[in-house]
Amino acid sequence: MHPIITTLIKRIGLGIVSLFFVTLIIFSSVNMLPGDFVEAVLGQSRTEETVRIFRQELGLDKPYHVRYVNWLTSAIQGDLGNTFSGRNATYANQPQQNTARSVSSLLQPRLFNTFFLAAMTAIIAIPLSLILGITAALYRNSFYDRTVNASALTAISMPEFFVAYVLIIFLASINQFFPSLSNVTSSTPFLERVYLSILPALTLTLVTVAHMMRMTRASIINLLSSPYIEMARLKGMSRTKVIIKHALPNAWAPIANIIAFNLAYLIVGVVVVEVVFVYPGVGQLMVDSVIKRDIPVVQGCALVFALTYILLNLIADVISIVTNPRLLYPK
Amino acid sequence: MSTSKKSRSLLLNIRNISIEGYSDEAWHPIIKGVDLQIKRGEVLGLIGESGAGKSTLGLAAMGFVRAGCRFTGGSISFEGKDLTKLSEKEKQKLWGTKFSYVAQSAAAAFNPAHTLLNQTIESSLSHNLETKENLKKNAVKLYREMQLPNPEEIGDRYPHQVSGGQLQRTMTAMAMTSKPDLIIFDEPTTALDVTTQVNVLATIRSIVKEHQTAAIYITHDLAVVVQMADRIQVLRYGETIEVAKTNQMLKSPNQEYTKSLWAVRSIQKKPQKKEDTILKIESIDASYDSGPMVLKNIDINVPTGRTVAIVGESGSGKSTTARSITGLLPPTNGKIIFQGRKLPARLSERSKEDLRRIQMIYQSPDTSMNPRHTVRDIIGRPLKFYHGVVGNRYTEKVIELLKMIELDESFIDRLPEELSGGQKQRICIARALAAEPDLIICDEVTSALDQIVQEGILKLLLRLQKELKISYIFITHDIATVKAIADEVVVMHQGSVVEQGLKKDIFSPPHPDYTKLLLSSVPEMDPKWLTRILTQ
Repeated sequence: MHPIITTLIKRIGLGIVSLFFVTLIIFSSVNMLPGDFVEAVLGQSRTEETVRIFRQELGLDKPYHVRYVNWLTSAIQGDLGNTFSGRNATYANQPQQNTARSVSSLLQPRLFNTFFLAAMTAIIAIPLSLILGITAALYRNSFYDRTVNASALTAISMPEFFVAYVLIIFLASINQFFPSLSNVTSSTPFLERVYLSILPALTLTLVTVAHMMRMTRASIINLLSSPYIEMARLKGMSRTKVIIKHALPNAWAPIANIIAFNLAYLIVGVVVVEVVFVYPGVGQLMVDSVIKRDIPVVQGCALVFALTYILLNLIADVISIVTNPRLLYPK
Repeated sequence: MSTSKKSRSLLLNIRNISIEGYSDEAWHPIIKGVDLQIKRGEVLGLIGESGAGKSTLGLAAMGFVRAGCRFTGGSISFEGKDLTKLSEKEKQKLWGTKFSYVAQSAAAAFNPAHTLLNQTIESSLSHNLETKENLKKNAVKLYREMQLPNPEEIGDRYPHQVSGGQLQRTMTAMAMTSKPDLIIFDEPTTALDVTTQVNVLATIRSIVKEHQTAAIYITHDLAVVVQMADRIQVLRYGETIEVAKTNQMLKSPNQEYTKSLWAVRSIQKKPQKKEDTILKIESIDASYDSGPMVLKNIDINVPTGRTVAIVGESGSGKSTTARSITGLLPPTNGKIIFQGRKLPARLSERSKEDLRRIQMIYQSPDTSMNPRHTVRDIIGRPLKFYHGVVGNRYTEKVIELLKMIELDESFIDRLPEELSGGQKQRICIARALAAEPDLIICDEVTSALDQIVQEGILKLLLRLQKELKISYIFITHDIATVKAIADEVVVMHQGSVVEQGLKKDIFSPPHPDYTKLLLSSVPEMDPKWLTRILTQ
């Protein structure tokens, strides 16, 4: 078998193993959250009897390990369970009148929104940071390089809510180019969706470009002292060709890693931006559910986040493997 | 191209060139007003020790200075232009067309991400010298001239897929592609094994002659330059010491410095026989992880108070043998008997006393010392660890050791970066001595040093052996070093011992085939050596 295939199988196996450990961590930490959903919902009027029945109904009376196995086995089959919060005390005694929604149906539109915003940001941010990084490496230590570096650092040094409000002031308030509220729904047409999401996407671009651009620049500059770069220059290749043809192909591994890291951030870490722009993404849903102690939803969100994270890093690994000629073309 | 009329004319004229390099926040001169002339079709040998400015001058001949360096005076005239005055763009038109460069380490100078053929024709292609088809055909022709195996297909391979010798020949082919007027060879065979070097030297020489290309051949190896060059220019500290025709310089060097370069290797240890052995290696095998066996059935005897030199090419298992003896790589089979007692295979199972008795000195003193430790810490650590020396006695002992390696006590608070290469290696020797060992394994300890410095280190090691009765295992690929220091010689090849015996027996016929090849591949100071060896 080609060694790349064995390496890939190993990586995927490792990904699955780490996902398994993540489920353990998610389950135990969510269940260690202080407070109790049942007591919170039933409030002052609770009796021992209603508490017992409600617990039974939610499955909270079973021991931890049974609940974990149940959750895991149905999660593997794509069933993340039902939310707690759709139920209420009134129906506690009559399970058949339950209005609880499934976690998946709650998660799906939110997830779509989150991926939409992440994709939109990535489409702007990745090419932008690659171009900035490459040109900064090309003209390193020039005025251009310093300006790009300084602005990127400034953008990354400010908290994202601050960046968001600054953009709102200049692009939504003083000049009313874009809306400051990004309250998309599932029926919003595509172009309007893009228009509504511009400000959050711009905010996220500003906070992620710095990382990716600086990593691209550093990876390329790191290679510029290699003997083969000197060789390329001594062969009379122009500066641009030296960088694009000789440095960049050997710099993909670290660049892919930092891009994966930032993409993951765009999906799992954007709750602040979602709140500022009232954008209905997964981050908001998760925070709301934590407040409501809606355990299945929190677990579902965490699982989706973990899956994204592991998947993106897996892709970055694959890229660094297939761009390494030593692995791709063995002796 | 190769008319006799043209081959007489001056190709490149460097007048009074000066180059500075920036380090430690100041500009330091590297080349101090050097003249260099080269005619069409002529090969000029440029020799000198490290730091002499050979590479800097070689690159300057193309109008190139490395990052952090600059021209500060003089001129480089080529085809009526002064290269020091040209813009980067104008120079790019000359590089890869009129000038080519062949670097020291082909493995590092080829881009790992592109095939050999792509890199070979890249420069001529981007300068629009020829169509891609013709360039490919021409490359295959050059590969064949360089005697590369499968010239039609080798171009489709990636650099890591071919051997070091093949890469070096491919790089020469790459340099020839544009039919340049001048090629700079910067130590092109230094990284190769001697047996590989012979073929690369021969192909470089014939192709340069065939195409009437002028060349600057940079090396520190006199025997090599003598084979290659029509004229030799000797550099030291960025200044020209002497320029003369090869034969003339060999016969009657004018300057003291040149004479001293010619005269190195004056030490010849008289081999002494000794019956009792300090270390006996009995049929050990070893491999890294579950990889192939790198040591096969090795038997080596080290007589007490004597030096056993292990010679062989890269990959022959010399250093692995050392790792097995020290326990860093436990052998899978066989035993190691030290002072009549079987040593535990693993490092972790050996007692402190076992560890103390066998010490090691490494090839590169730069990487084997912690750059943040002072000489006091470096030498003192084994004193504290093995002998529990502390307080005033500690400093006294460090100074004593410094005296032993011919350095005075002013060195005690210096950091490694404040020492020269030779001084660093001396400190490493003192560190090994501090443990008061019975056996020291020296792994290529002189390979990274200049000839004259090497001589000093070898003399020191010989003196210490006489005074302290230490036994040495001396690992090297350099036959001259073996002649200088060894009592007994072990020849290794592909993980096996070819032969072991007294120095005079190993170096006199009859030889096993491999020893014969190894010994005959060592360049000699005779200009006809290469021709002779090829006709044999």
